[in-house]
Amino acid sequence: MIRHIALGLAVGAIALMPVVAKAERIFVSNEKDNTVSVIDGESLEVVETIDVGRRPRAMVLGPDGNELFVAVGDDEAIDMIDLETLEVVRSQSAGEDPEVIRVDSERPYLYVSNEDDNIVSVIDYEQRTLVTEIPVGVEPEGLGISPDGKWLIATSETSSMAHIIDLEAMEAVHHRLVGARPRHVEFTHDGAEAWVSSEIGATVSILDMQDTYDIKHTIRFDVPGVPRETVQAVGVALTSDGRYGFVALGPSNRVAVIDQQTYEVLDYLLTGQRVWHLALNGDESRLYTTNGVSGDVTVIDVDGLEAIRSIPVGRFPWGVVVEP
Amino acid sequence: MQRVARETGCDAVRCVSALLLWTIVVLLGWPGLASAQDSGQDSETITLGYLGMERDEDLEPLSVLDPVLDDEGVQGARLGVSDNNAAGQFLGQEFVLVESIVARDGDVLEGLHELIDQGAGWVISGLPREELEAVMADAALEDRMVFNAAAPDNALRSEACHPNLYHTTPSRRMLADALAQFLAYKKWDRWALVYGNTDEDRLLVEAYREAATRFGHDIVTEKMWPHEPMARRAEGGFHAIQREIPVFVQEFPQYEVLVIADENDYFGEYFPYQTWLPRPVAGTQGLMPTAWHRAHESWGAVQLQRRFEEFAGRRMTPKDFAAWLAVRSLGEATARTGSVARDVVLDYMLSDEFQLAGYLGLPVSYRTWNHQLRQPILVTGPRMVASVSPQEGYLHPRSPLDSLGADEGESSCRF
Repeated sequence: MIRHIALGLAVGAIALMPVVAKAERIFVSNEKDNTVSVIDGESLEVVETIDVGRRPRAMVLGPDGNELFVAVGDDEAIDMIDLETLEVVRSQSAGEDPEVIRVDSERPYLYVSNEDDNIVSVIDYEQRTLVTEIPVGVEPEGLGISPDGKWLIATSETSSMAHIIDLEAMEAVHHRLVGARPRHVEFTHDGAEAWVSSEIGATVSILDMQDTYDIKHTIRFDVPGVPRETVQAVGVALTSDGRYGFVALGPSNRVAVIDQQTYEVLDYLLTGQRVWHLALNGDESRLYTTNGVSGDVTVIDVDGLEAIRSIPVGRFPWGVVVEP
Repeated sequence: MQRVARETGCDAVRCVSALLLWTIVVLLGWPGLASAQDSGQDSETITLGYLGMERDEDLEPLSVLDPVLDDEGVQGARLGVSDNNAAGQFLGQEFVLVESIVARDGDVLEGLHELIDQGAGWVISGLPREELEAVMADAALEDRMVFNAAAPDNALRSEACHPNLYHTTPSRRMLADALAQFLAYKKWDRWALVYGNTDEDRLLVEAYREAATRFGHDIVTEKMWPHEPMARRAEGGFHAIQREIPVFVQEFPQYEVLVIADENDYFGEYFPYQTWLPRPVAGTQGLMPTAWHRAHESWGAVQLQRRFEEFAGRRMTPKDFAAWLAVRSLGEATARTGSVARDVVLDYMLSDEFQLAGYLGLPVSYRTWNHQLRQPILVTGPRMVASVSPQEGYLHPRSPLDSLGADEGESSCRF
């Protein structure tokens, strides 16, 4: 018995060792190159470039952490990358022009915004079947899923709305007008709020997700010395301790730093050109940004709130995911 | 209040009132619950009238590759209404479009009255300047607002401007400035100007001259091409043209770019590759400044292109785009204000808050001093977009978009 436990512990320790030793990896989708760049979190250099389908944009880690799902819009599919071999192992058809994807933590479901069809598709990626289609407004884009898996929020770019979808009923139950051309949705880690960024409106609408499902605050941006039109809110990242919110401001080449509690804009950090999406690393000490026009990734030190490195990747980097 | 609710869930009073409300909803039903933004209001209707004119039979694109269109403009308005209603269904607002297309020799005011009889509270105009001015002067229009989605005349934005008139189509001056900025970026600043013998072309030449002065170009020569009407299939582009054009331009002093003013597409398409000197051709043909083009797919434009093509069964033209922008401007303003009342909508449309997504990279908005929509302009070849103006580096204290077209200080428009 004791021997068995000891053996079990030893096996466990061996199984754990490579995980502990493994450095963080950052995955960046390059929209123009049809590739995903893999950056080593230690050396901050590109260590691998994975060929994927055409026009890769949004990415998400599978719930078991073994696969990376990549929406390849022009192939109307989701490519699934094995994180051991770093190769596309299968591809799931995903309806017309899939742009943003999110994954259910409980069920084997992928949520896909299909811009051309004004629907959010729900795909069972194990059965490889279409579960259902949820009608929303014109040009669905951003998707956010609540930490408890109860809510999915889809934004429609032309209707300028956040459609709050009940994932039990699989239907939109609240519709809220937000800033023009909403792009991205991120829930706070306690699930109490959803932050919805709007590219043309240059705002972030804070939705109360506990009680009213209404907009409780709107964050506006005013970057000194930059034409107002170039300030466009896109990617959002929120620290789990409730301290900071980060918002990518597109062609103004800045990331806004926001106090997550007071919604006050604390600072604007200079990045590469046309900063688009954001991801925090595992211990939230670093923020990675994709810069579409300059074709690089800016690494921001979260404690010091300063850019510490820029890493050249492929052409038009779009999405970024950090493997925990 | 919300902070408290967030910590405690709901207090007794809240829970009871929520339960009561729920009971009422269950008992009475709540019409529009699924559709209106949870507020249960009845749907409000806003009726738009599209006033167009039949195509001039004599005007066909010179290239046989370009389709001859009979529904230009109105299709853009129709798609705009469909887009507005996609959001409107959630907001309790419904857009309705009524249409009147007047014959070439018909009475445009009769068309206007038809629209008004059908309840049009706003008018989208696909008319040329003269007919548009007749509409603006008609008493039956009362205080309805008109969106000019077709006439590029600078005068309508300056001395002949009208407080009830808005422009979603760019002026000739905006197009000329957009081209001039790009040519300045290229440092092609010695222009030879070739223009047609129509009134429109003479107006465009004026706009080119103003743009050249503003952005530091030199027009080294100007020459009129003596166009005579002929069927587009009569000259294949090489029969006589191949010998005529080199001779026509041979005497020109040294220039870097040949700029064409041929709005009716009578002859400009013949010019590329036929010049005496190897020079690019720009203007109404060749490298063109335009509000919209099928080759443009950036900033989500591919979505609008595809949506339009599925809807109309053909490509979207600048006229369709201008009509779409007019309808979407109203949709944006009614959605934001929650009102279809004219004053509320107009106040919002002219405010700093108004930011419309036009798939051009920057939000578009209205100039308060002449009601022109400020918008980026594509500078495009026949098959690929070459650039988008304003060009980087042309600064403006208000908005870089105001470096295109007559600025506030130089505008003679007084409402």
